[in-house]
Amino acid sequence: MQSILASFDLPLLIASLIKIVFLVFLVILPMVAYSVYAERRVSAIIQDRVGPNRTGIPLTLLGFKKDIQIFGIGGLLQPMADGLKFILKEDFTPRSVNTFYYWLAPCLTMVPALMTAAVMPFGSELDLSWAGLGAPFKMVIADLNVGPLYMFAISSLGVYGIVLAGWASNSKYPFLGGVRASAQMISYEISLGLSIIPAIMIFGELNLGKMSAYQDANGWLLLPLWGDGLSWSRLVLLVPIVISFVVFSISLFAETNRTPFDLPECETELVAGYHTEYSSMKFALFFLGEYAAMIIGSGLAVTLFFGGWSIPFGPWLSEWTGLQFHYEAGNTPFYTGLLHIGTFFAKIVGCIIFFVWVRWTLPRFRFDQLMKLGWLVFFEVALLNVFLTALLLWLVPLK
Amino acid sequence: MPTIVVQRPKLAWHEKIFLSGFLNGMRITLGHAIRTFKTLRGSKTVVTMQYPEQKWDESLPEHYRGAPTLVTDEHGRERCVSCQLCEFICPPKAIKIIPGEIPSDDPWAKVEKRPREFEIDMIRCIYCGMCEEVCPEQAIFLRKDYAITGTSRAEMVHDKEKLYEIGGVRTGLVNKWNDLK
Repeated sequence: MQSILASFDLPLLIASLIKIVFLVFLVILPMVAYSVYAERRVSAIIQDRVGPNRTGIPLTLLGFKKDIQIFGIGGLLQPMADGLKFILKEDFTPRSVNTFYYWLAPCLTMVPALMTAAVMPFGSELDLSWAGLGAPFKMVIADLNVGPLYMFAISSLGVYGIVLAGWASNSKYPFLGGVRASAQMISYEISLGLSIIPAIMIFGELNLGKMSAYQDANGWLLLPLWGDGLSWSRLVLLVPIVISFVVFSISLFAETNRTPFDLPECETELVAGYHTEYSSMKFALFFLGEYAAMIIGSGLAVTLFFGGWSIPFGPWLSEWTGLQFHYEAGNTPFYTGLLHIGTFFAKIVGCIIFFVWVRWTLPRFRFDQLMKLGWLVFFEVALLNVFLTALLLWLVPLK
Repeated sequence: MPTIVVQRPKLAWHEKIFLSGFLNGMRITLGHAIRTFKTLRGSKTVVTMQYPEQKWDESLPEHYRGAPTLVTDEHGRERCVSCQLCEFICPPKAIKIIPGEIPSDDPWAKVEKRPREFEIDMIRCIYCGMCEEVCPEQAIFLRKDYAITGTSRAEMVHDKEKLYEIGGVRTGLVNKWNDLK
């Protein structure tokens, strides 16, 4: 017993716990709530509407003149009101459902989405020596050397939630939604996985944190403008990187069931798809899982192609201003660590706005078009792209 | 039968893979978003009316069908003679009338009847205007009040007093009960 207890690295456990609480409860879940709000507001302004603008922080009750507004638009507490509404709604279970799987499905959508957050490097490192804590903390919950593989392995479990929801509901529309979802998600996982192989080949690395550090020093994959990024080989390699980025981002749309690939829950055909029979918090869990998957997917895209937490032109900025904006292992000041965390989430917010923007622009694909695109176009393109990258790496090797 | 061969348009490569269509669409939605966002920031919406602050009362049409009310004429006489036609025609049965007699010493004693009680249940009312249409005395009119609210069912029943209060005086109507000049 003593030896088991002694084998635990207590500071590491406590640090991990703090990081988990911070990332999941203070960042991802509020971000999910506010991306729903962003979805509603952005869709509103795209369609020349106003959107939810009433639920403000009621400072007027405390005697202030005006409620808090950002950019002159109110409604900032709408996510809280939505959450409260979900809790207060009747949790109705139809009599014909398979109760066990019916209850299991929402959890199985939510849990994998949050579990993938474990390997997401959301910052470089935080130097807490001013607080008396020695070595700087790495801003990633689990610093695995198989980051992307772990993410794909876990996030592909998300399809079980959807399929079980469709099956257990014992109703035709959820069933069709579940069937569509399984076909779609399995098909697009292939191109999703193949499309990041060129990036991994260039990094020569499967650790997401080290990928970010490489891009911080040598330019983002899609913006090789500093460090070693200013070499011929990186410029030439932009071709396969752009291809793989396009394939990756479109597959990500399909993987997260977003328009134009939202066939599992298309309102016009399937009522609400796989979650038709769900209500109250169970429905909210599907909602949360979907948006959490979106955030994690954006996080992966950002880490692979947009430099993760790195500030653009970091080394240059450090030279010009005298402050340190780039990452230096074990020697990154506290403010830079915070800036890196902020940069990472700012990039994710940008991605989510793009997701929303695309959703309210494009119409939905037909199912056969979807399958054709996945199997006959993206699969081949991603596969050929791997060989193209290998060829280019052989012709113009990286330093 | 003459046939027309429709020539399919020749598409460029970027049109075939929907690239230009996609970019065009994104440009249009972004344009709308930015334009609407600017008007929102100025807190003046072009299309949407911010309801409780802005109201459409001025632009209501003459024929608007709001709350049904009872009216008095320029002599202060209540025009309703409690014939109960409106009560019988009312599709949701929202109107309840208890007729009363006009005492013989009243200057309008020849009208003989007026309502002792006249209640319209505004929870039931569907604002169809049939009561106004059927009234032979031009006594009931649909006014422009549309925000009828209350905190209880009892509050939503408009009694006679309330109906005359909303209805007010209406002039220029046919006055068949007046003395012959």
